[in-house]
Amino acid sequence: MRFRGKLVDVACLNHFTRVVNTITKLAKTCTLRFTVDKIYFILNDKVANGGVSMWCELNQENFFDEFQMEGVAAEDNEIYLELTSENFSRALKTAQNAKAVKVKLTNKQCPCLTVAVELPSLSSSSRIVTHDIPVGIIPRKLWNDFREPSVPDFDVSIYLPVMKTMKSVVDRMKNLSNSIVIEANQKGEMNLKIETDLVSVATHFKDLGNPPWVPEHASQNSTEKRHPETMAEARIDIKRLLQLLAGQQVNPAKALCNILNKRIVHFILLHEDFSLQYFIPALT
Amino acid sequence: AGIFQEFMVQEESVMFRINLSVLLDCLTIFGTSSSPGTQTALRMCYRGYGYPLTLFLEEGGVVTVCKINTQEPEEILDFDFCSTNVVNKIILLSEGLREAFSELDMTSEVLQITMSPNKPYFRLSTFGNAGSAYLDYPKDSDLIEAFHCNQTQTNRYKIALLKPSIKALALSCKVSIRTDNRGFLSLQYMIRNEDGQICFVEYYCCPDEDITEQEI
Repeated sequence: MRFRGKLVDVACLNHFTRVVNTITKLAKTCTLRFTVDKIYFILNDKVANGGVSMWCELNQENFFDEFQMEGVAAEDNEIYLELTSENFSRALKTAQNAKAVKVKLTNKQCPCLTVAVELPSLSSSSRIVTHDIPVGIIPRKLWNDFREPSVPDFDVSIYLPVMKTMKSVVDRMKNLSNSIVIEANQKGEMNLKIETDLVSVATHFKDLGNPPWVPEHASQNSTEKRHPETMAEARIDIKRLLQLLAGQQVNPAKALCNILNKRIVHFILLHEDFSLQYFIPALT
Repeated sequence: AGIFQEFMVQEESVMFRINLSVLLDCLTIFGTSSSPGTQTALRMCYRGYGYPLTLFLEEGGVVTVCKINTQEPEEILDFDFCSTNVVNKIILLSEGLREAFSELDMTSEVLQITMSPNKPYFRLSTFGNAGSAYLDYPKDSDLIEAFHCNQTQTNRYKIALLKPSIKALALSCKVSIRTDNRGFLSLQYMIRNEDGQICFVEYYCCPDEDITEQEI
């Protein structure tokens, strides 16, 4: 099992740092998965984190200058690691104006992801900062726990409004309530609502647009039968939603949200070379 | 009512109680610092006893409707502060008082205010852990816009009670300080809003205790 990668380009490095920072905001610990052409950050739905799960994937060639990996075995050419995400973002903090950053899998006292940052230096000798991030190697028999979450047939799929507006609205609502109802329809309308003994607040967004999803199982699909104006809704933990809105640093080209009525809300942030999916289950 | 473009009340007066922090959260639902070019519009309605206070806010085509439940109003403490009973009155530019308040010894339990037609005219004193301090304003100071003192009055006011008024002081441009024959203090802050309209915030405080002549 071997992994070594090198980031040289400043823009790529910054982008990668922002992705890792976003992950840190969403998940304390996460699973890092390497394949030949992709890197994944995975959080699966354990009850301990409120049933929230995350799936983030990026094309390594859009970030890394060099990328060599050798998986557990030829037929399973992959690596699964578990790490504390904050350690990773902290290691990259020193890399802000680095000349190059090397990331590799090492075995020191324990398995480590070693981040070696080469900083610019005035003299001929180079300055290198090395972070060893302890990781746990996830054995092959557990890999099944980290499969890409299946996307059920959602009742409604809608583009999100400007993230900044949505963030400030949800941020205020958080002061007033613990849970939020998010509802949307196929006519580009979305509402965010809270209700408590003291106050009820509803914010209405319109003309958001609905992505042209091709339903995977068209026969049993409910979207077609639904009236476009019928709202699908879910009550979710407001803190989880704010975590996503306030934590994301990637400014996605496209952001959308799928709602499975009273079951789950599924957020997707899309960039050319990167996608993040975030699942928040509905509260009962 | 001048700060509203439209203002309509059908009854003589309506009174109800609402949670202030909820109101503030609702008013700033689109964020506190509106980016240039975008303005939040507000419509506020109340149908009558038992109905919620409804706010409609709009920014960039996004509409928020807030219904704040109203509560029974509490009896307002009437200070019975009447302008005919005013003994001393000083109007000064807020910056003068802001500076003084920011330097007040907060370990002191009370702020003692002396207003007098004679020297020291206007004195603020504190009695803290590290000792006593006082600050005098000369009568002809540039900061003082009007000075009408008829009688020497020295009263103590709890600093904890005065503290909340510092927020209004920070926003104000002028302040009128008045005391009546019972030693009650009235602070009137004149606040100019972004459109140049003038609002007043009034603040009343009763004196802490009677102090004997010897202590002064």
